[in-house]
Amino acid sequence: MSSTIDADDESARTTRRRFLQGGTAMAGGAVLGANAAVAAETDNLPPAVPEWMKRPGEPMGSQPYGAPSPFEKGVVKNISKNLKQYISASGRTPLQELDGIITPNGLFYERHHGGVPTIDPAQHRLMLHGLVERPLIFSMDDLRRFPSESRIHFLECSGNPGYTKPYGKTASDLVGLLSCAEWTGVSLKLVLQEAGLKPEARWVIAEGADAAALTRSIPIEKCLEDAMLVYSQNGERLRPQQGYPLRLLLPGFEGNMSVKWLRRLHVTAEPAYSREETSKYTDLLPDGTAREFSFYMEAKSIITHPSGGQRLSGYGFHEITGIAWSGHGKIKRVEVSVDDGKSWQEARLQEPVLTRALTRFRLPWRWDGKPAVIQSRAIDETGYVQPTLAELLAVRGENYFYHNNAIWPWRIAADGEVTNALA
Amino acid sequence: MRWRETCCVAFTILLGAWASGAQAQSPYGIGRPATAAEIAGWNIDIGRYGSNLPTGSGSVSHGREVFAQQCASCHGDKGEGGLGDRLVGGQGTIGTTRPIRTVGSYWPYAPTLFDYIRRAMPQNAPQSLSDDDVYAVSAYVLNLNGLVEADATLDAKSLAGVRMPNRDGFVGDARPDVK
Repeated sequence: MSSTIDADDESARTTRRRFLQGGTAMAGGAVLGANAAVAAETDNLPPAVPEWMKRPGEPMGSQPYGAPSPFEKGVVKNISKNLKQYISASGRTPLQELDGIITPNGLFYERHHGGVPTIDPAQHRLMLHGLVERPLIFSMDDLRRFPSESRIHFLECSGNPGYTKPYGKTASDLVGLLSCAEWTGVSLKLVLQEAGLKPEARWVIAEGADAAALTRSIPIEKCLEDAMLVYSQNGERLRPQQGYPLRLLLPGFEGNMSVKWLRRLHVTAEPAYSREETSKYTDLLPDGTAREFSFYMEAKSIITHPSGGQRLSGYGFHEITGIAWSGHGKIKRVEVSVDDGKSWQEARLQEPVLTRALTRFRLPWRWDGKPAVIQSRAIDETGYVQPTLAELLAVRGENYFYHNNAIWPWRIAADGEVTNALA
Repeated sequence: MRWRETCCVAFTILLGAWASGAQAQSPYGIGRPATAAEIAGWNIDIGRYGSNLPTGSGSVSHGREVFAQQCASCHGDKGEGGLGDRLVGGQGTIGTTRPIRTVGSYWPYAPTLFDYIRRAMPQNAPQSLSDDDVYAVSAYVLNLNGLVEADATLDAKSLAGVRMPNRDGFVGDARPDVK
């Protein structure tokens, strides 16, 4: 055997190459599971009986905490390569790979400013002080004793995406700093009432227990409206990347204000004017003034199929689907254009349509095989209509940076390839 | 009737016991009082006009030394930026098409510079600098931006007295701005 492989002639080298390729295929098959043997593409198709029916599968307990199928290993967070550093950075949800409105916890977008801390919940405390009658300290067990509630809300980073080129190729590149989950925790109002607000209380400064000690100021009205102290996400305890063991959740507000790893609430008469609400997360206008305390994420939508990076298999029926959301409440309507904005059709909204949550929309479509530009626009319950990028740039200029909620069109080429129509 | 009255009295007694056992005015009686010492240890918030700035002081010259050791590897020897943000220059560019946002050109209040350096810098060891060192680094960064003299020493009062060039550059949120 070895002499054959070592023999220096063309046929032996070919044999060896085939042998090595076969070995690679076998190793790959082993990674994919015991049932996936090397087989011709048709061996598991009708009328043949598939390999995976001919022997038992993996036993119970082989995965105490489940993981996606190995065939889905490409569906992961979209993390930029070649960043200057990864301590203050972000990772995007692969929106174009997901269905429905709930983001799996492992694919929820991340943005942190000082890395992800590892916090022992037994040693974590929330301090509530300032303009309150009774400054209090809560353990995690304390917080879980309060009456709890669960609500579905989106979270979106304010810089999602920027206003200037290069624009991203995929839906994830463009607006992947967006996710939606069912959150469980306690109403912040209840916790504030426990301490007793003084009449002059106007703001609450929230601080994280991370290496950035990230600090944002929240108007008292929002704290008493729908803010939550969250300990669980999609039924399980928060992931470390999402603020384990405790985070703030401010539905409809820019993501960084929903302070993760929450350790302190300081009730004050005025904002902190912290670095993250002055030097960062302010919106610079062409005249040199900058908008501060610009909290709300306005109505927005994106088609996730067909979308950038995908390819239509051929002309004929294709469902157009995507997501819409608004920080100001419920989505009232989503309109889709398949003729480069000349005409618009109303898409069907998937129930439930929830306030400050992702809403799935769908439109049946027959592609005629000719080049096309498709796009969606959201209208929320306030009547606000999602604008075009040109409309936003005309008012805000290119240095605004945050809160870009522009309509984003996709171009479909004759060969079915889908690309960013504005890139 | 008697049964109802008995229940009512018993309920009142139970309610009273619950209220006095917990904190009298708290609806749920959850949590414990935070002591002044605990609050002082955790409350690192500095107001924009300097409230809660600690005692201590630091000079520009000492700040130059601390900056070289703790900050320059990311922000550059003169705060010109690198792995970390640019900290110096850009004054006069904010209203142009190529704004350069730095401490000197964009940051509205000097005391919150102390707040941020103390809570989050240096990135590899936040909350490791002494208050004197934070005053000194603040003084050095402000000096690099031409906002304090090279022989300045800053403390709570003098830091709060530094007027930042872009202090009045911020406006409220006027959205919806496209209709």
